[in-house]
Amino acid sequence: MQKKLNLTEFNSDTLALVRQIIKRYPEGRQKSALLPVLHIAQAENNGWLSAETMDYVASLLDLQPIEVYEVASFYSMFNLQAVGNCVIEVCQTGPCWLNGAEELLAHFEKRLGIKPGETTPDGRFTLKTVECLAACGNAPVIQVGTEYHENLTPQKADVLLDKWQEENKISHTNPYLL
Amino acid sequence: MATQILLNNIDVPGLANFEVYRQLGGYSSVVKTLKNLTPDQVTGEVTKSGLRGRGGAGFPAGMKWGFIDKKSEKPRYFVCNFDESEPGTFKDRYIGQRNPHQLIEGMILGAYALGAGSAYIYVRGELFYVLRIIEKAIEEAYKQGFLGQNILGSGYSLDLYCQPGAGAYICGEETALLESLEGKRGNPRIKPPFPALVGLYGCPTVVNNVETIAALPWILNNGGEAYAAIGVENSKGTKLISACGHIKKPGVYEIELGLPVEEFIYSDEYCGGIRNGHKLKAVVAGGSSVPILPASLILKTAAGEPRLMSYESLSEGGFQSGTMLGSGGFIVMDETTCIVKNLLTFARFYHHESCGQCSPCREGTSWMEKILHRIENGQGTMKDIDLLVSVSKHIEGNTICPLGDAAAWPVASAIRHFREEFEEHVKLQKCPF
Ligand SMILES: Cc1cc2nc3c(=O)[nH]c(=O)nc-3n(C[C@H](O)[C@H](O)[C@H](O)COP(=O)(O)O)c2cc1C
Ligand code: SF4
Ligand code: FES
Repeated sequence: MQKKLNLTEFNSDTLALVRQIIKRYPEGRQKSALLPVLHIAQAENNGWLSAETMDYVASLLDLQPIEVYEVASFYSMFNLQAVGNCVIEVCQTGPCWLNGAEELLAHFEKRLGIKPGETTPDGRFTLKTVECLAACGNAPVIQVGTEYHENLTPQKADVLLDKWQEENKISHTNPYLL
Repeated sequence: MATQILLNNIDVPGLANFEVYRQLGGYSSVVKTLKNLTPDQVTGEVTKSGLRGRGGAGFPAGMKWGFIDKKSEKPRYFVCNFDESEPGTFKDRYIGQRNPHQLIEGMILGAYALGAGSAYIYVRGELFYVLRIIEKAIEEAYKQGFLGQNILGSGYSLDLYCQPGAGAYICGEETALLESLEGKRGNPRIKPPFPALVGLYGCPTVVNNVETIAALPWILNNGGEAYAAIGVENSKGTKLISACGHIKKPGVYEIELGLPVEEFIYSDEYCGGIRNGHKLKAVVAGGSSVPILPASLILKTAAGEPRLMSYESLSEGGFQSGTMLGSGGFIVMDETTCIVKNLLTFARFYHHESCGQCSPCREGTSWMEKILHRIENGQGTMKDIDLLVSVSKHIEGNTICPLGDAAAWPVASAIRHFREEFEEHVKLQKCPF
């Protein structure tokens, strides 16, 4: 089953990382750390940002909660609803479409039995469509966490899906630990 | 082989490591510049080089630097635009992941010229793995004394950081990028004032594209005049073209500006021609935002001159029969391509990416997507085609930032050059492809 978390505290390592990020900006400009910190918070909260998690981020950066909500809701990488363990994002813009993105997406829908925006009942996979990932020369392309998978075909997608199924892949990990 | 300024070492194994890069002559421009040139002399060389911004608008880099408010007591900032989100464009990613030190070297030169003490590289959030490659390279550069306090004993100090975006094409627009870097929604600012006067945190700021910045080491090593000796007219130097679509060899190519389009598409050195024995139908030459051209007009201008890969030649004929070099995102379509469907994917993109501040863009991009969806799926009428043109005209020129124009031009140009295809969809009540 999908774990619904409401992370309201970072561990000391993550807090140290956050403090280091805040130092990148001039005094009093800690709001600049919002996007990096939301990325970290989302990764540590099973891939999405709950209201409680955003409130925690607001307190960390000395911001009003509303300042965090309005930013989180603007950017497409932030999920404001719970997601599966492994989020599969299929690019659907022109160059990927020219190279079979539609067939690829249909294949994912069929294999997973869900539509874009949905999560499998066992909570393992979420399917999303996204816009151009800056990899059009190797179209069609999907993104899974910080990984790109390029030049995909339905056959290659099957190999990946089997592997992710087998290892119960989790796509959200703190990107700063890469 | 064309002069390679940006990609000459791109295939060297381990290039992302400081030692490998340094051994190939990397960072020598910084050593030389900090010792021998004043900031104004650096700007002078860049002005002489004729280097134009490679992010899409093609604004002369030296001139932009010249606008920086030097009278202001405030700190100055230099910001690299690594948002790379224009469909068809994937050149900056190539530099960032393979050759991060060349970008860092360029950042040091630009920041020194502007007198900036802090600089940021804003990387689109999807490319976090590239951001981490750059961060590791930055760490190395600090250790080697090329960043931080008193660089190489010159008295000049610079801090350089990476900043992630989080999925928003609009944050490639430079004022939206600065808002985002301040931790806000990516809503473009009303200009003027331009960032050179009021930029990041209200301070004088210059924003440049990755490719623009990566060209600086070569220019400072070889001199502005040597750079200006490459290319044609006011299209100086080399340009990265990211080529994709129905070609045999998609990829990132460094061309000398002025290369004939025909050679770029058909020669084996570049795209290698159209794949599967098909014929060329149309090209979007500079990223999704620029007007689409049919094969006849991309290979030759309306006057019958060979079309060249240059700012001037690609825009020859204006909106009637020309296009733009843009970001260098070169999307090639063969005769099996439905122009309406391709356009629909772009319309969906702009609708998705509109920040929503201006009604013509917010509403217009939504209408255009809906109407195109109707036509593509056989429910369109002849009137819908004119309605599309009308909506695109109402957006163009009526918005805070150029995303509105970028959404309108592809629609207007597709109908201008391929109207029969739209009409066929309506007549057949389905997509003919
Ligand atoms: C909607 C929109 C998206 C843009 N996206 C990018 C981008 O992804 N990368 C980029 O370098 N410039 C982009 N630009 C252009 C920037 O606003 C700006 O002109 C550029 O960063 C300046 O750098 P340059 O002079 O070195 O090209 C975009 C502009 C608009 C209007
Ligand atoms: S033109 Fe579109 S993207 Fe640009 S500011 Fe207006 S609504 Fe936002
Ligand atoms: S269109 Fe899919 S990566 Fe560019």
